[in-house]
Amino acid sequence: MDQQTLSLLVVGATFALYIGIAIWARAGSTSEFYVAGRGINPIANGMATAADWMSAASFISMAGLIAFLGFTGGAYLMGWTGGYVLMALLLAPYLRKFGKFTVPEFIGDRFYSKAARIIAVISLIVMSVTYVIGQMRGVGIAFSNILEVPLATGLFAGMAVVFIYAVLGGMKGITYTQIAQYVIMIFAYTVPAIFIAITLTGNPLPQLGLGSTLQGSDTYLLDALDQTMVDLGFHAYTEVGGMSLMNMFLLTLALMIGTAGLPHVIIRFFTVPRVRDARKSAGWALVFIGILYTTAPAVGAMAIWNLVNTVHPGEIGTEEGHLAHADRPAWMERWEQTGLLAFEDKNDDGVIQYYNDANEEFAAMAEEEYGWEGSEIVTLDRDIMVLANPEIAGLPGWVIALVAAGGIAAALSTAAGLLLAISSAISHDLLKGVFMPRISEKNELMAGRIAMAVAILFAGYLGLNPPGFAAEVVALAFGLAAASLFPTLMMGIFMKKMNKEGAIAGMLVGLGTTLLYIFTYKGWFFFSGTAMLPDNPDGWLLGVNPTGFGAIGAAFNFITAYIVMKMTKEPPKDIQDLVESVRVPRTES
Amino acid sequence: MSQEDLSRQAYWRAHLRLLGICLAIWFLVSFVLGILVAQPLNAFQLGGYPLGFWFAQQGSIYTFIILIFVYAWRMNVLDRKFNVHEE
Repeated sequence: MDQQTLSLLVVGATFALYIGIAIWARAGSTSEFYVAGRGINPIANGMATAADWMSAASFISMAGLIAFLGFTGGAYLMGWTGGYVLMALLLAPYLRKFGKFTVPEFIGDRFYSKAARIIAVISLIVMSVTYVIGQMRGVGIAFSNILEVPLATGLFAGMAVVFIYAVLGGMKGITYTQIAQYVIMIFAYTVPAIFIAITLTGNPLPQLGLGSTLQGSDTYLLDALDQTMVDLGFHAYTEVGGMSLMNMFLLTLALMIGTAGLPHVIIRFFTVPRVRDARKSAGWALVFIGILYTTAPAVGAMAIWNLVNTVHPGEIGTEEGHLAHADRPAWMERWEQTGLLAFEDKNDDGVIQYYNDANEEFAAMAEEEYGWEGSEIVTLDRDIMVLANPEIAGLPGWVIALVAAGGIAAALSTAAGLLLAISSAISHDLLKGVFMPRISEKNELMAGRIAMAVAILFAGYLGLNPPGFAAEVVALAFGLAAASLFPTLMMGIFMKKMNKEGAIAGMLVGLGTTLLYIFTYKGWFFFSGTAMLPDNPDGWLLGVNPTGFGAIGAAFNFITAYIVMKMTKEPPKDIQDLVESVRVPRTES
Repeated sequence: MSQEDLSRQAYWRAHLRLLGICLAIWFLVSFVLGILVAQPLNAFQLGGYPLGFWFAQQGSIYTFIILIFVYAWRMNVLDRKFNVHEE
């Protein structure tokens, strides 16, 4: 059986599994549709949350990102996990105690304001839609790269499957499918990593392998990698490089508070039976996320090690130190065909040089000493680092098929969670909350399903025709979550006197400054050519990267809300009592 | 102020103290050890890991996980002590 047939079979089998679960877990009430009837076991919910949270970006892109950043790539690792500490300590238990269906519903009730609820709905929809585009695109790319079918075919297949289980099952169907998706995803991620760790270091645990010596040598892998990178003009792998320490700090903080403020993750904690389950469930979620997130640094470092040592098998600058283009391994040829990897023999010597030609001093030395005229890997998409891993390690065909299924599972599980957040915001917050308060439960459930179906079609359309800003939208989604929802939710719980005026002003200022800063450097509404300042460290205000600005937007939100609160009147007594009641797990005495 | 209100306030204060300790650890392992002083910490090794690098890419995540479970456990104790626990 050839690789493509095998991969299609494995992916087809996972799809059949998802549909089977969907038929078994149909939603019969709005409570089942929005919060799975609040009957999910905390460990199961932790697993579903992990799948919901880990997107195509975590599965496919993160290790590659770390591979090229080294130490500072830790910002993504700490940022995307540390947010769970904030969520478990500052939001999840209280919102679960509040006991409603959506995040905007809490904001609307706590700040006794339809306007606040609508602002929350709008930020929720903007961030979820931008985020879901990337997921739909991820499904299409996983299909087209690995299964070698057209992008549109893969996208439609993915849409059809999500449609079946999300529309039928709502949160209930999504939760049980996500558990299956987590298992597939983690298996697909760790199996190649374990094989590579054994090959390089003899240690089967990637987390320990990264701290071990190289097979048959006394040198630690990381020390050798540091030396290799420096020899090629890059910064040492374990030292600062790729971004400044300040931007690493801000990016970590923005990703943490953005993670804690993402509504599609928060609503997962509405599905557990009790407040104490919400606390524990966040811990379990982080255990399941941590398995992938502590493996990723090893995948990244070992991938860049393998790549550099394939291109430069011997001492740099000597004859044996280079790979002849004609002798390159089959996986390189295959990825060249996808356009994600490209070579150019700049100095016509028939061999490949890969080095940091942006390092002027090193480039000048290399030209003089070795006759190099520029790095000859001219395109190197970081996503290759994970996708090509099984081939680089020479793993059997079923592992390659599994990685395809894992990438698709990662994208589908996140897309489904986002789509549920969007559809519940529309049917529950806008329709029932604002426009049709008297709608019956049966009709609301129907409206939820229709909203879900429309959201899937819309996301699929955008996935097929992505706006030019697809890469930037994740930064936007996190920036908005960090600057608008997180501070408002937190003040709603921890500041009894926070009132509607303060919350609304804070959200608007947080949103406004973050959008303004991102648009200034990325272009207005991401239209190219409308950026007002160059998007590089020299152009950034005080050197602050737009991706890390959410942390500062959040600070503006807090400050504005506090000042406005001091100048306006206290919230009514019943609201202060509501705050008191969400702070304790059991209120009736 | 009623007895119940007083106990409610004491519960919240005890809770905030626990929160403060947990968030201080959260900040220490990531922002301080994993970022701000990671470079000098790299002079020390944990196996083959430079220590600052280990905190940024491994240690902080392990600490986060332990932190949430310890918090959940201490909160359960607190809930019982102040008789606000769920059935």
